[in-house]
Amino acid sequence: MAAVDFEHRVAFNPMSEAEASRVIGVAKRRDFLFAILGVFVLVLSMGMLTALIVDLLVDGLARIDYDFLTSFPSRRPAQAGILSAWVGTSLVMLTTALIAIPLGIMAGIYLEEYAPRNWVTDIIEINVSNLAGVPSIIYGLLALGLFVYTLGLGRTVLTAGLVLALLILPVVIVATREAVRSIPLIIREGAYGMGADKWQVIWHYILPAARPGILTGAIVGLSRAIGETAPVLTIGALTFIAFLPPSPVQPEFPFLNFDWLTSPFTVMPIQMFNWISRPQEAFHINAAATGLVLIAMTLTMNAVAIWIRYRLRSQARS
Amino acid sequence: MPEAIMNQETYRQSEFARASDPSVAAGSRPNAISDTLKADVRGLSFWYDQFQALKNIDLPIAEKKVTALIGASGCGKSTLLRCFNRMHDLYPGNRYDGEIVLLPENQNIVDKGIDPIRVRLKAGMVFQKPNPFPKSIFENVASGLRVRGIRDRAVIAGRVEEVLREAALWDEVKDRLDQSAYALSGGQQQRLCIARTLAPEPELILLDEPTSALDPIATAKIEELIEKLRDHYAIVIVTHSMQQAARISAYCAFMHLGQLVEFGTNETIFTSPKEKRTQDYITGRFG
Amino acid sequence: MLPAVAQESKFRPTETYLARRRIIARLMSFLLFMAAAASVLVTTGIVYVLVSESWNFFRQVSLLEFLTDTQWTPVFAEPRFGILPLLTATLWAAGIALLIGIPLGTALAIYLSEYAPSKVREIVKPLLELIEAVPTVVFGYFALLFLTPLFRMFIPGLTGFNLLVPGIVLGIMILPYVVSVSEDAMRAVPSSLREGAYALGMTRIQTSVRVIIPAAFSGITAAYVLGMSRAVGETMVLAIAAGQNPNLTGDPREGAATITAYIVQMAMGDLPQGSLAYESIFAVGLALFVLTLFFNLVGFFLRRRFREVY
Repeated sequence: MAAVDFEHRVAFNPMSEAEASRVIGVAKRRDFLFAILGVFVLVLSMGMLTALIVDLLVDGLARIDYDFLTSFPSRRPAQAGILSAWVGTSLVMLTTALIAIPLGIMAGIYLEEYAPRNWVTDIIEINVSNLAGVPSIIYGLLALGLFVYTLGLGRTVLTAGLVLALLILPVVIVATREAVRSIPLIIREGAYGMGADKWQVIWHYILPAARPGILTGAIVGLSRAIGETAPVLTIGALTFIAFLPPSPVQPEFPFLNFDWLTSPFTVMPIQMFNWISRPQEAFHINAAATGLVLIAMTLTMNAVAIWIRYRLRSQARS
Repeated sequence: MPEAIMNQETYRQSEFARASDPSVAAGSRPNAISDTLKADVRGLSFWYDQFQALKNIDLPIAEKKVTALIGASGCGKSTLLRCFNRMHDLYPGNRYDGEIVLLPENQNIVDKGIDPIRVRLKAGMVFQKPNPFPKSIFENVASGLRVRGIRDRAVIAGRVEEVLREAALWDEVKDRLDQSAYALSGGQQQRLCIARTLAPEPELILLDEPTSALDPIATAKIEELIEKLRDHYAIVIVTHSMQQAARISAYCAFMHLGQLVEFGTNETIFTSPKEKRTQDYITGRFG
Repeated sequence: MLPAVAQESKFRPTETYLARRRIIARLMSFLLFMAAAASVLVTTGIVYVLVSESWNFFRQVSLLEFLTDTQWTPVFAEPRFGILPLLTATLWAAGIALLIGIPLGTALAIYLSEYAPSKVREIVKPLLELIEAVPTVVFGYFALLFLTPLFRMFIPGLTGFNLLVPGIVLGIMILPYVVSVSEDAMRAVPSSLREGAYALGMTRIQTSVRVIIPAAFSGITAAYVLGMSRAVGETMVLAIAAGQNPNLTGDPREGAATITAYIVQMAMGDLPQGSLAYESIFAVGLALFVLTLFFNLVGFFLRRRFREVY
C-alpha cells in the first residue's frame, strides 16, 4: 500500500455554502426544465393521436350507417359501402389466426424450453429478431413472387392470410417466449417432481399458466395484421369487389366449405387506400369512415390486450 | 495549512454549539460521549409506508472516529445509515420523524425543508456491492467533483490523484486511468468507489457493508484503508462482521428490531456489554 | 391408507402407457423444432424470391447503372433504372423521422424511466402503445388530408405531395418504439448505479446523463438503429402522402416516390410477370431488404450486448 501523507496533501477546498446553493440551484433548474420537456413530448404525441382521431370523426362519423356497412363499393360515393371489405378482412384474419397462432406458440415454446445453446439456436434467434424488423412490403414481395406465381395460389384469401400470418409470426413467438419465461420455477419443479416429462409439464402446467400472456401477443399481432396494407396491396388484392366470397358454413354436409380460401377479395385498409387516392372529396369522406371502423377495431383489440396484461400484473402482485 | 486552521475552527464551533444547546450537553441525554460530535441522531423514527423500521433512535456520531452499526439482518442498521444521506427520499412512501443534527452547522438533515441533494453533497456513501459508473477510472473519481460544478482540469486531475493515493489505488491504476472501471477487480472497484466518495471531501462518510461482497484479501485492504481514513473523517459503517467492527471502530451501536439496544465505546461493547441481547449477539449465540 | 406393497398400487402407470408417453414427448419436441425452423424458411423464401427475380433484372440492367444513374423511368419507351431518386427520397423521409423521433423519444424515455412515478408510467406506456396500434393507412390519411393542408399555411413552397409531412408523421409513428426500447435499456441499469449517483449529490438529469445513458448506451443505440430500420421500410404513409413520382431532390418540401411507394405503385398496376418493370420491384426490394437487414443485425447485437452486461 502506498503511504498516504495526509499532512502534506494539496490543499483542496470543499465548496462554501453559498457556492453549494448556486450549484444546486443551477442543477435543479435544469432538472425541472427537463421534466417539463418530458411532459411536453408526452402531450405532443398524445395530441397527435387525438388530432388524428378527431379528424377522422369530423370527416367520417356522419357517413357510418347501416347502409355503409352492408353495401358494396360503388362509383357513386354516396352509395358505396364496405361490405366486401369487412367480410374479406374477417376471412383473411381467420386464415391468419389459424396459421400464425399455433405456429408461433410452437416455435416460442421450442426456443424457450427445448432449444440447446448452439449455433442452430443462435441462427433461429437472430432470424426471428430480424424477421420482426423486415419491412412489411418485403413480405408482400415474398407473397407475390412465391405464393402468387411460383406456388400458383393466386390473388386469394389464402395468399393474403398466409402472408399476414408470416408477418405477425415474430410477434406471437416473442409473446409466447415472454409468457413462458415468466412462469415461476416452483411450478416447473413441482410438476417435474411428480414425475411428469417435459411435454407434460409444458402441456398441463406451463401453457395454461402462460395463456393470458400468449393471448395478449396473439391479439396485438392480429390487430397489426388487420391494419396492414402494403403486403396485401403488393399481392394485387382487388380494390373494387362487388361480390362476397363463398360462405365458410353451409347447410349441407360437411357443413364447412373451404372455397372461400381461393376467392378473390378486398380488405378494409385497401378499400380505404383506394378511396384516399380518388380526387373526389366525397370519396375522402368514405375513406375517413372506413378509417374510423378500422381504428375502432385495432384500438379495441389493443385495449383488450392491455387490460389482460394489466389484470395479469395485478394478479401477480396480490 | 489552511485546512488545519479550518478544522480547528470547526472544533471550536462545534464545542460552542454543544455548550449553547442544552440538549447536546454531555450527560443530559442518553448515549453521551466525550468526543466532539459530527452528527447527533435524536429520537429518530422511520417508516416504510406502514412499517416502522426505526424506533426512536438516539445516537451520537463522533468527529474523526469510526462508529460501527451492528446487528442481525433486518434490524434496521442499513435503514439508519441511509437516513444520513436521505437515500430513502428516492422511493415513495418513506417517512422520517425526529432529527439527525449535523454539526457544527446544527442543521437537522432529515427535515423536509432541507434539500436531500444538499445533504448528499455533505455525506458520501459507499455501498455493499461496488457500483462504479460505466466510465473510465478517472471519470469515476472525478464525477463527484463535476457534480459540484468544478471544471478546472488541473484541480480535478490533482484531486483525483490525491484521493486515489489515499485509497491506496494509485499505483495499481496510474497507467490506465482512461480505461473502463469495469476492468478492475471487485476489491479495486470498491476502493475506487471509496475514492469517488472521498474526492469532494465529504463531512461524513457512510459505509454500507463495504466488504460483504469481497474476498478476504480485498477485505483486508479495505479495512487497512478505513484505519488510515479514520483519523481524518467521521465514518459510520454498517457491518455484519463482529471482528471487523471490533478491529476498526471507536464506537459501536448494537441494533435489534429497529431499536438501538446498546451504544458504547468499542471496549465496552466487546468486553463488557450491559445488555444480555448484545452479549448474545457478539458471542454469536443468536442472529 | 397406503397399500401394503407398493407394486400392487393401481395408480402405478403401465409400461405401455410409459412407452406411449415417451413417443409423444419425442414427437412433440420434433414438431416444435420444425415450427421454430419454419421461421428460418420464411427468411430463406424472402432471400430466394428477391435474389432470383433481381438476378433476371441485373442481367438486363448493369449494377453500375442501377447504383449511379439519376433517373428512374421504368415504363418509358427508353427506361432508365437508377435507384438514386428512390433511395434519396427514402433517406429524406427516414432522416426527418429520426430528427423527430430520436430527441423526443430519448427525452420521453428518460422522463419515464427516471422521473415519472410508477403510476404515471403505468398509464403512459399503454397510451403510447395505442399510437402503434393505428394502422399506417390511417396515418397516411392524416398526413395527406389533415397535416399537409395545415402545414401549407405556414411553410411556403410546400407541395400537396411532399416528404416533410410524412417524415414528421413517421417520426411520431416510431416514437413509441424508440421510447419503449430505450426505456427498457435504461430500466435495466441496476439501481445500485442510480443510488451511487444520487449519493454523490446528483440531480435526476445529472444521474440520467452522466450515469444511466452511458450505462444503457448500447441499448439506446439499438433503439435508434431499429427505429431507423422501421422508418426506412415504412410504406403506406409515404405511398399516400409523398406522391408516386420518382424525383431526385434536395428539397423535402417536394414530393418524391420512395422505394416502398414505388413497389406499391407498380404492384397495383397489372404487371406482366417476367417483364423488366416487374423484376425491377424485386431489385429495389432487395436493396431495401439489405438496408434494413443491416440495421436490424446491428440493433440485435447491440441489444444483446446490453443484456449481457447486467
